[in-house]
Amino acid sequence: MNTTDHLIKMANQIAANLAAQGQEAAIRETAQHIIDFWDPRMKAGIAEADHTQLSEIARAAVGIVTAKA
Amino acid sequence: MAYEIQPDFGTPARDGAPVTLTIDGRAVTVPTGTSVMRAAAEIGGSIPKLCATDNVEAFGSCRMCLVEIEGARGLPASCTTPVAAGMVVKTQTPRLEKIRRGVMELYISDHPLDCLTCSANNDCELQDTAAQVGLRDVRYGYAGENHLGQAPDLSNPYFAFDASKCIVCSRCVRACEEVQGTFALTIEGRGFDSGVSAGAKGDDFLSSECVSCGACVQACPTAALNEKSVAEIGKPERAVVTTCAYCGVGCTFRAEMRGDQLVRMVPWKDGKANRGHSCVKGRFAWGYANHADRITKPMIREAITQPWREVSWDEAISFTAARLKAIKATHGARALGGITSSRCTNEEAFLVQKLVRGGFGSNNVDTCARVCHSPTGYGLKTTFGTSAGTQDFDSVEDSDVILLIGANPTDGHPVFASRMKKRLREGAKLIVIDPRRIDMVRSPHIEAAHHLALQPGTNVAVLSAIAHVIVTEGLADEAFIRERCDWDEYQDWARFVSDPHHSPETLEPVTRVPAGELRAAARLFATGGPGWASAQRNRPNGAIYYGLGVTEHSQGSSTVMAIANLAMATGNIGRRGVGVNPLRGQNNVQGACDMGSFPHELTGYRHISDAATRALFEADWGVTLDAEPGLRIPNMLDAAVDGSFRAIYIQGEDILQSDPNTHHVAAGLAAMDCVIVHDLFLNETANYAHVFLPGSTFLEKTGTFTNAERRIQMVRRVMDPANGYEDWQVTQLLARAMDLDWDYSDAGQIMDEIARLTPSFTGVSHARLDAEGSLQWPVNEAHPDGSPIMHVDGFVRGRGKFVVTEYIPTDERTGPRYPLLLTTGRILSQYNVGAQTRRTANSVWHAEDVLEIHPTDAENRGLSSGDWVKLASRAGETTLRALVTDRVAPGVVYTTFHHPDTQANVVTTENSDWATNCPEYKVTAVQVMPSNGPTAWQRDYEAQAQQARRIEAAE
Repeated sequence: MNTTDHLIKMANQIAANLAAQGQEAAIRETAQHIIDFWDPRMKAGIAEADHTQLSEIARAAVGIVTAKA
Repeated sequence: MAYEIQPDFGTPARDGAPVTLTIDGRAVTVPTGTSVMRAAAEIGGSIPKLCATDNVEAFGSCRMCLVEIEGARGLPASCTTPVAAGMVVKTQTPRLEKIRRGVMELYISDHPLDCLTCSANNDCELQDTAAQVGLRDVRYGYAGENHLGQAPDLSNPYFAFDASKCIVCSRCVRACEEVQGTFALTIEGRGFDSGVSAGAKGDDFLSSECVSCGACVQACPTAALNEKSVAEIGKPERAVVTTCAYCGVGCTFRAEMRGDQLVRMVPWKDGKANRGHSCVKGRFAWGYANHADRITKPMIREAITQPWREVSWDEAISFTAARLKAIKATHGARALGGITSSRCTNEEAFLVQKLVRGGFGSNNVDTCARVCHSPTGYGLKTTFGTSAGTQDFDSVEDSDVILLIGANPTDGHPVFASRMKKRLREGAKLIVIDPRRIDMVRSPHIEAAHHLALQPGTNVAVLSAIAHVIVTEGLADEAFIRERCDWDEYQDWARFVSDPHHSPETLEPVTRVPAGELRAAARLFATGGPGWASAQRNRPNGAIYYGLGVTEHSQGSSTVMAIANLAMATGNIGRRGVGVNPLRGQNNVQGACDMGSFPHELTGYRHISDAATRALFEADWGVTLDAEPGLRIPNMLDAAVDGSFRAIYIQGEDILQSDPNTHHVAAGLAAMDCVIVHDLFLNETANYAHVFLPGSTFLEKTGTFTNAERRIQMVRRVMDPANGYEDWQVTQLLARAMDLDWDYSDAGQIMDEIARLTPSFTGVSHARLDAEGSLQWPVNEAHPDGSPIMHVDGFVRGRGKFVVTEYIPTDERTGPRYPLLLTTGRILSQYNVGAQTRRTANSVWHAEDVLEIHPTDAENRGLSSGDWVKLASRAGETTLRALVTDRVAPGVVYTTFHHPDTQANVVTTENSDWATNCPEYKVTAVQVMPSNGPTAWQRDYEAQAQQARRIEAAE
């Protein structure tokens, strides 16, 4: 698995595990999780990745992360 | 200080109300329940004794300790007689002396008189007692029938049993039962024929159930059970108290020395983690420190295809610094990083992360906890507010129901397992959640009330089902929850787990745990079971202990939070006997985490993005810190393959063997321009290194370790480092070469800096640890004496947080190609990647990793125990020998990862925990098939390792 695929998998995994909090909270917490724990090149990598492979929550969260960067 | 054994008070301490009595005319006040013998010892008296020792209960068999008590009939044994108020005792009278001398005469008439050449000479209680009673003659002679001249049992590699020197006091048998809880030893025969036996007839110590913990050797009053090292080297001349460098229990030992030679390690009775007990690793497996494989000179090479070149420290350090500076200049600070060691001291881990953050200029620092307990940090911080276990080990003495999940303490944390077993023998109930039938499920004198043998990877589902039963059956402790936790969050969680989707019946097909059994276990945990009645409390004290079987999953963090939810829902937080107790793997994994080893946080778990915290460190260190989190180990390897991460300083960690998906780790290491390995041995990772900095053992350095109960204890240098420097000094050399102005002259100064910068360590210093033995953090103004138990008056985060944890199956599924699930674990005699224990005689118990497979699965494949089998997953394949056993369920196979020639991690995948990237070691879909020898990969690996380990000696 290359790094980008790995980042997509990680983002989807975080989103899936936070989904039980409800859509809005899950998006917010997924974004915060990425902000808190990912190195800048990982954040840049996910911003540039193919977002069609991201779940709805993950896609919205990545949007927030990219907007804040 | 001259050598003295630790004082022995004869019988264990008690903690009752004070009682005053008179012994030989002196008043003494001791707790109710104390024996007369102990009371006498506490005022400096010494009643002769042979069968009594303070690690085990009194037995009253040797008749040496008789005393006269005013108003009492006869001559009671002082070891079995409890004190009473106003009692008047005489311990030395002509009548007593005569009887004692007579008894001693009988003992000596059947004991060899080779004292001058005996290994226990001058360290023998029989000898001392003979002197004490003034024995001058043995009137019976020595010609009669006796037990002399028997061949000693030398089968155990570390100690010998010489029945000729045995006085059948049964201290060893009782230590095996009461202290260790293995029940391997017994007294066989009657009367004159009675003698100590290691299990069945025909068994010797090695073939018996004996786990070589050393409790019997410590208890033996003569040379009958004696360390072979004492026989070889001689009596120690001094003793230094230090802390074991194996598992997270953190036993303290007296390192008994002669010159700079270690003679033996004896558990320190005042150690609060181990209370005078030990296991085969800490007690005996220290020979690696002087093993021929140990590297003591620095080595460098331009490329990993070249042989190593031994160089001076100056040359090694300047070569390394030049490379690091060049990489930083070309690729930027974020191309550099480091890994702190969970085996090194707090002071050393602190300095490595300081070097990475302040010197390299990045936050790319991580630690071994990434692959073991990082989900514990995340999960407990989220729910309770602090990244650590809630209890001390003593707490188990008050537990009524113990829930053990994903941990195998008899193998991984043996000294704590002995204490847990002791509590179970006293009547506490046990629930085991584990795919494998571990020894805690059933072994002599203990049996779990329930063993939920779940399908690997379904921890969250099982815990949801347990929560479902507790909530829907009205067993939650709502008073506790309303007082301590966020009630709205609790209600959200309670609604979630009450959903029929989470009932044990619905989840049974997923978890493979029979719903009835799970319901019974849940009720037992919450209520103590039918007929629970205690004068002290209306609910039982429920304690949860867990290990890597919880964390090393794609839902490791969720499982930790589910455990925390369960503890809060049942009101089991904030007092003795309860709590959430992660059993930490390595000696200092708690400490390494505390010391700011994670890429997103500074010491004391403060996030790197917090400007105030950063400013504190920037002012103290005189540097500017990056505000962005750095890379975690698996991310470092990804970035290395991509070319953006190019240099790594690895202290005391063998990521090539210990981390998952070996192929990927190797590719990442091979892609880097500068890999610096700082270790005792040329470990597997060093095959890909450009610089090897020799390390020092725990016997050669001063500092502190922090164990699983947050207990900070001193590690003391008892000999000079074979490599010339303690590990923190090596890091300092490198830091200075990187133009950092460091000038620590001892490790205590580093701890002072940690205390200055870390609110939970404010009150910690080496001087205080020397004075008090140990401290459990937080130690600060609010907790001046430390914190044995956390969250006593409320959670650190304020109110306890219930987090909804949904079960999400792992991506790792079985199918036609890979129909079995592999799970991994440890064994008692070996430790982690085996770098230390494989270089000791411990290998006699475990010479290779084996694959446990259920008889049905073995039969389907035509396999028998001992056959070579190929173990293949989608990540890779390896070969090892099979062991057919019903310890594992059909469909599940199990192995250990102690040996590099097996490399179980060739097979494990890159799946990881969603929150922390902790690898999913515990679930890999595999196929097992007959094989006739090593795989091509194993042969290639061996060839590469041979090639990479060549050393050219210095000219």
